[in-house]
Amino acid sequence: MAKNYTKISIETSNDLKPKDETIDFLLNYSKALSVLKSAKVEFELVLN
Amino acid sequence: MQEELITDATLVSSYIKGNESALEILIKRHKQKIYSFIYSKVYDKDVAEDIFQDTFIKVIRTLKKGNYNEEGKFLPWVMRISHNLVIDFFRKNNRLPKFDNSGEFSIFSVLSDTSLNAENSIIKEQVEYDVRRLVDELPEDQKEVLLMRIYNDMSFKEISDKTGVSINTALGRMRYALINLRKIIDKHNIVLTN
Repeated sequence: MAKNYTKISIETSNDLKPKDETIDFLLNYSKALSVLKSAKVEFELVLN
Repeated sequence: MQEELITDATLVSSYIKGNESALEILIKRHKQKIYSFIYSKVYDKDVAEDIFQDTFIKVIRTLKKGNYNEEGKFLPWVMRISHNLVIDFFRKNNRLPKFDNSGEFSIFSVLSDTSLNAENSIIKEQVEYDVRRLVDELPEDQKEVLLMRIYNDMSFKEISDKTGVSINTALGRMRYALINLRKIIDKHNIVLTN
């Protein structure tokens, strides 16, 4: 029987998603980040 | 279910106002689409992960700074950021596939054609013809054993059975056949190389 070497569509592959750790990192980064704006200067603070 | 009903625009403005959980919904809603898009460009899961992370770091910083332009839609905006980061990645790493031979890596070191070219094919034919002529010069008993062993790929047991001589005699004839071939080759300075 002939073999079909069909390329799996990237869009339909369910494996293609970021790791949970990456999502957690981003959410924690967002919670830790504060932006302080003064008249001329902008500060970014990342609190651990 | 409720999460699906909330539009991206509402979630973005909620996040800007300080609702951190809105970001979680946005990321989870679009993560597969964005990650797949990045992966389709870089074809490396680790690199795709890094670019995905950098994309959302940019998104978070822009939103927190209040620089987000609400005229555009959220997903196309994030896609544009990730697209730019993919371009940056290729620029930085110079990893656009190059098939020239100027760099250290040559694609031809991986892809090689093992079949003989026309010249080598002619040489091979000539060498095989010369060998056959040399074999024809051998005494009949030696020639018989050599042909069975080399060309018919028979074992010495099979040769012994077929010719009716002992295995040791067959081995001896083979040995002398090879010695005689070498002698003829040396005597006539024949070059048998490809």
